[in-house]
Amino acid sequence: MDQFAVKVFVRLRPSVLDPAGEATKSASIKLGAEGIKSLRIGKMIEVKIEGNGENEVREKIDLLCDRLFANTVIEDYEYSLEKL
Amino acid sequence: MDNFTVGIVVFPGSNCDRDVSWALEGCLDIKTKYLWHESSDLSDVDAIVLPGGFSYGDYLRCGAIARFSPLINALDDFVKSGKRVLGICNGFQILTESGFLPGALTANKNLNFICDDVELDIVSSKGGWFNDGGEKQTIKLPIAHGEGRYHCDSDTLKKLVDNELISLRYKNNPNGSSFDIAGITNEKGNVLGLMPHPERACDETIGGTDGLFTLKSLILE
Repeated sequence: MDQFAVKVFVRLRPSVLDPAGEATKSASIKLGAEGIKSLRIGKMIEVKIEGNGENEVREKIDLLCDRLFANTVIEDYEYSLEKL
Repeated sequence: MDNFTVGIVVFPGSNCDRDVSWALEGCLDIKTKYLWHESSDLSDVDAIVLPGGFSYGDYLRCGAIARFSPLINALDDFVKSGKRVLGICNGFQILTESGFLPGALTANKNLNFICDDVELDIVSSKGGWFNDGGEKQTIKLPIAHGEGRYHCDSDTLKKLVDNELISLRYKNNPNGSSFDIAGITNEKGNVLGLMPHPERACDETIGGTDGLFTLKSLILE
C-alpha cells in the first residue's frame, strides 16, 4: 500500500457572495493594505490516506470531495496529492 | 387519526426537538415520538419533523454531517412513499445537503445571527402546508439563524418558480436569500423545508399562532 498526503481546497463558487471574505477585505483595507482587488475565504482539508497507487487514491478523494467536503451547489474544489 | 404519530428526529446538537414536541402535543394534541438519528426504523411514524438546532455542531457545513446518519438514509423510502417530512431551520439545511430539496443554505449576507419575527408571503400552498385562502396572504413567524441565505442557480430558480415550489418569501429579506426565498417544497409537495420556526408561533402567549397551520398539516394524507 502507498501512502499519500492530500490537500483539498474548497472554495465558494465565484457566483456565490462571500460575506466573510468581504468583511475581511474591508478590515485589510483599514489595516492599510493597498491594492486588494478581491478577497475570498475557503477551506483547506489535509488528509493522509492509503491506497494501491495514485489512481485508486484519486477515486477515493474525488468521492469525498464530491459527496462530503464540498457542497457543489455553492462550492468548487481542487486538490493536490503527494506520495509519502 | 388517533394513532397518527409524528417522528421528531434528534441529532447530537438538535435544540428545537422539544419545542416541536410541545407544539404538536400541547397545542395540537398530535402524538409525537423522538427518533434518535442512529435509528433507521421509521415503521411506526406517519410523518417526520427534522427540527432546528446545530446538528453535529454545524461542522464542515450546516447539515453536512447529519446527512450521513442512518435515519437520513432511511428517509429516502419514507419520502418516496409520499409521507410528509417537514424540515425547520437546521432541518431545512439537512434536506438541501441530502438532496431532498434543491439549492443550499449559506452564511447570512450581513454575517449576523438573526433572531427576529419576520413577515412572510405565502406564495404557494403546494402540499397543503400553508393556508393561502385562495389569495396571497402574509404570516409572521420567528427566525433564528446565522446561515439561512438560500442560494441556487438560475435554472433551479426557474424550475422552483415554474412548478410553484416556493412556499414562502420574506417580505423584507433579512439574510440575502435568492428571490427572498424562506421555504420550498419538493415537486410532489410532501417535503417542506423552511428557515422560519412555525413551532415557536403556536400560542398567543408567546407571540402568535401563525405556525399552527403548517404543523397541523403534518397529518394530511
